[in-house]
Amino acid sequence: MGVLRRIWALGKRSSLGSENERELREHMEMRIDANLAKGMNPEQAAREARLRFGNPVVMKERVEAEDAALGLDSFIRDVRYALRGFAKSPGFTAVAIVTLALGIGANTAVFELLDAVRLRSLPVHAPQELAEVRIAGGNHGFGITDGPYSQFTIPMWQEVRSNHEPFSAVFAWRATDVLAGKLTDAHRIHGLEVSGNFFNVLGVAPMQGRLIEPQDEAGCGVSKVVVSYPYWKSQMGGQSLTPASTMMMDGRSVQVLGVTPPSFLGLVVGDRFDVAFPTCDPPNPRREVFSFAVMGRLKPEWSVDRASAYFGSISSGIFEETAPTGYNAEAVKTYKSFRLGAYAAGSGVSMLREAYDSSLQLLLAITGLVLLIACANLANLMLARASTRQREMAIRIALGASRGRLLRQLLIESGLLAFGGAACGVALAQPLSRLLVTSLNTTQSSIQLTITTDWRVLVFAALVAMLTAILFGTVPALRGTKADPITSLKAGARGVVGGRERFSVQRLMVVTQIAVSMVLLVGALLFVRSYRNLVTLDPGMRESGITIAYIGFPFAKIKPENEAEYKRQMIEDVRSVPGVENAASTTNTPLGGSSWEHAVRVGAIEGSSKFTYASPAYFATMGIPLLTGRVFTDADTNESPFVLIVNQAFIRKYLGNSPPIGQAVHVMPEPDYPERSYQIIGTIADTKYGSLREDTPPMAFAPAAQLPATAQGPWVAMMIASSEGPEAIAGVRHALEAKNPNMIVRFSNFQQGIQDNLVRDRMLAMLSGFFGFLAAMLVVVGLYGVLSFFITQRRNEIGIRIALGARRGQVIGLVMRDTAAMLLVGVALGTLLALFAGRTASAMLFGLKAYDAATMIFAFVLLAVIAVIASWLPSLKASRLDPVAALRSE
Amino acid sequence: MAKNDLQGAIDLLILKSLSQLGSMHGYGIAMHIERVSDELLTVEEGSLYPALHRIDQNGWVRAEWRVTESGRKAKYYALTAAGKKQLAEREKNWEQVVKGVQAILRFA
Repeated sequence: MGVLRRIWALGKRSSLGSENERELREHMEMRIDANLAKGMNPEQAAREARLRFGNPVVMKERVEAEDAALGLDSFIRDVRYALRGFAKSPGFTAVAIVTLALGIGANTAVFELLDAVRLRSLPVHAPQELAEVRIAGGNHGFGITDGPYSQFTIPMWQEVRSNHEPFSAVFAWRATDVLAGKLTDAHRIHGLEVSGNFFNVLGVAPMQGRLIEPQDEAGCGVSKVVVSYPYWKSQMGGQSLTPASTMMMDGRSVQVLGVTPPSFLGLVVGDRFDVAFPTCDPPNPRREVFSFAVMGRLKPEWSVDRASAYFGSISSGIFEETAPTGYNAEAVKTYKSFRLGAYAAGSGVSMLREAYDSSLQLLLAITGLVLLIACANLANLMLARASTRQREMAIRIALGASRGRLLRQLLIESGLLAFGGAACGVALAQPLSRLLVTSLNTTQSSIQLTITTDWRVLVFAALVAMLTAILFGTVPALRGTKADPITSLKAGARGVVGGRERFSVQRLMVVTQIAVSMVLLVGALLFVRSYRNLVTLDPGMRESGITIAYIGFPFAKIKPENEAEYKRQMIEDVRSVPGVENAASTTNTPLGGSSWEHAVRVGAIEGSSKFTYASPAYFATMGIPLLTGRVFTDADTNESPFVLIVNQAFIRKYLGNSPPIGQAVHVMPEPDYPERSYQIIGTIADTKYGSLREDTPPMAFAPAAQLPATAQGPWVAMMIASSEGPEAIAGVRHALEAKNPNMIVRFSNFQQGIQDNLVRDRMLAMLSGFFGFLAAMLVVVGLYGVLSFFITQRRNEIGIRIALGARRGQVIGLVMRDTAAMLLVGVALGTLLALFAGRTASAMLFGLKAYDAATMIFAFVLLAVIAVIASWLPSLKASRLDPVAALRSE
Repeated sequence: MAKNDLQGAIDLLILKSLSQLGSMHGYGIAMHIERVSDELLTVEEGSLYPALHRIDQNGWVRAEWRVTESGRKAKYYALTAAGKKQLAEREKNWEQVVKGVQAILRFA
């Protein structure tokens, strides 16, 4: 009989047992047959056979002991026994499983996010072969960078397209928003401009129709597109495509060729595309605009490192060949020093990684610590349970059970709890993870992540469960099975004073809990305060009641030389809308993360400065006070002298103590921006530029009307101050449409935008706060449980003390002293840990250091209050102990 | 010399018997050993069956239920390839054990 069959027969202990029984019975029968053949009478024959055979039960057990499968069978019996035990104490079981489910669930949820953001492979053919080509270290702000994944200018892409030894094929793509629908009622959708072989190289097959192919690249001007599955489902009704299927994109009708499969949402993790269209080779590509990302499929014999070395070696040729003109020698030298490198891209690219990697890891650490506290609580619960089961253990040892057997029993119990907790936790993790993602969505962007429970998540949860089972199960099990049967079975074995030694483990657990929750509380306070600092930070300008309008008029056919005047008029139109307090145009909207700078020379100092071209009312609109000099007027145009308003950081860097007004600022040339000399006419206070976190950089403002004619374009961003909200904005839309019905307008709330940029800080503050609170609650429960237990153990001692005249206050003091000792040790330990852990969180904090004394003290006070609350009830109970009852129970 | 060789004698006897008999049930094995050793050796059921099951667990024999000549149903055991290999090893070991024991007995 094979082992497999035995395992299969597991649980059917009777069948396996009866098979052995039958074998032995047959043996006996054969013996009897033989005896009969020897001439014995049946009675004698049976008797002799039985005598020879011995005790059949012992025999059967000895045979069974040899069967490994039956060892497994006893494992099942242990499991059954444990389950019966749980059913008898449902309260304990429920608390344990819920605690573990929450702990493991929270950990798994964060891990699922990490998994989705950085571990999972793209749903394409052989993703591990994909590699991205990038400028090592980025382009240092050279030229114009389109988006976060824009690494290549078109000439650079053309060079790599014909020089890609390590790759069997290479393709380029860029994410760019396009307008869908009629222009007057257009909405932005996510576009994906791709080289013709994009889908072929990735190995993405169409779900319907066909995808973009190399021949589609011919000729600029998009006429054919491919849509993503979600877009097709939601916007096109999921109807089958015909050659007549079209959609409106950027104001023209394009043919929809096909639909991509549901799993493919582009190469950016956390983002999706709606419509993909072919790129083309424009006749005179801009040499300073970085727009594309380039990836390739490695040939089998090439590694990423070798490919990287290859691209490094051909870099100087590529950058020599593609260097843009119109820059000064210094800038061109920087450009030519760029080096390309290859990077594994099998899991796609994602901004989320840079933005959230450290936060997610921190969250994982936080949830891990909370789980640790929960484990300590459970361990204490198990210890208490073990002490009530001492008698049971003692009896089993007395009956001959080995310690290993009992240990196994107890470990199976904690393993079962951990398993139950993990199962619930995994189920809980998905919704928690989704909640987390939703909390990161803003009014402007939503994160598209497919949160799935894949094998990595399951392995993670299993590991966590095992770890927790070991953490909370081992000590109680070791302790529980150490019981000496004689003392335990003697009735009053409790003794007068509870054994000091047993308590020390529980004390250690509580001290650990206090230390860990100190770390969590300090972390929570730090992040909450950091978030508060950010929210209450004064950026130096008006935030509320400001609406940003992004306006485009490519269909109004305005001549470039008339654009400045057209925009000026548009601003005047908007300013006269009822309810609008003020309005001004700007080439760079503040606190949105974008940036524009020029290389400048002031006197002998060379450097760079942020540069913004703003209309005269900008400072009034944004509430930025002019400190000295004058603001722009409509008289400042390209025909008048070039003038500049600078901020204090600019003055500090370039002018020192010399009076700023009247100083000349020389601006270095760039394509479309000729070399110029400006004169400073005014100074303003420092305001925040790209984000709240950054220090104010040197900033210079020039009049919008002095934007070089070559740099003009049919679009403008307008800051509109209005406290009246929607009606005024509706009025603005009206006024603009009256000016030109084909105007493209998009509004966004300035303040909302600033808050959207703080979502990571908000998430950290909220979650660390929540987990800090949870940790504190767990400490209350843990401390309360342990103190109550101590007091039960010391009933006699306390009873005697009261009988001998101890006052209530003294008894309370007795308990409180205990608490205080644990608290102090825990806090001391916790402070050390917090200082150590704080170093890693420093980079995420704003306006305070990780070793903030006030925060530490506050956390300590909080914990002290928590400790007093937790110990108050048990100590009160102790002080009200009736000495007679306590001593009689002995 | 392996440690359990003296205790392993019963395993050796069973394996050898099965190699001689081909396929046999527990009772038959016990009878065979008794008969062949001229009743010098008797195998107790108390050690026979645990040993048989131990050997089974190690995969040295294969077991199946069959009907005996006398019409009884019995569990028949037969050597597997691994069992044959094991038997060869045990036999070699046993010779050494016997030599060792004899050397000690003859020591004056």
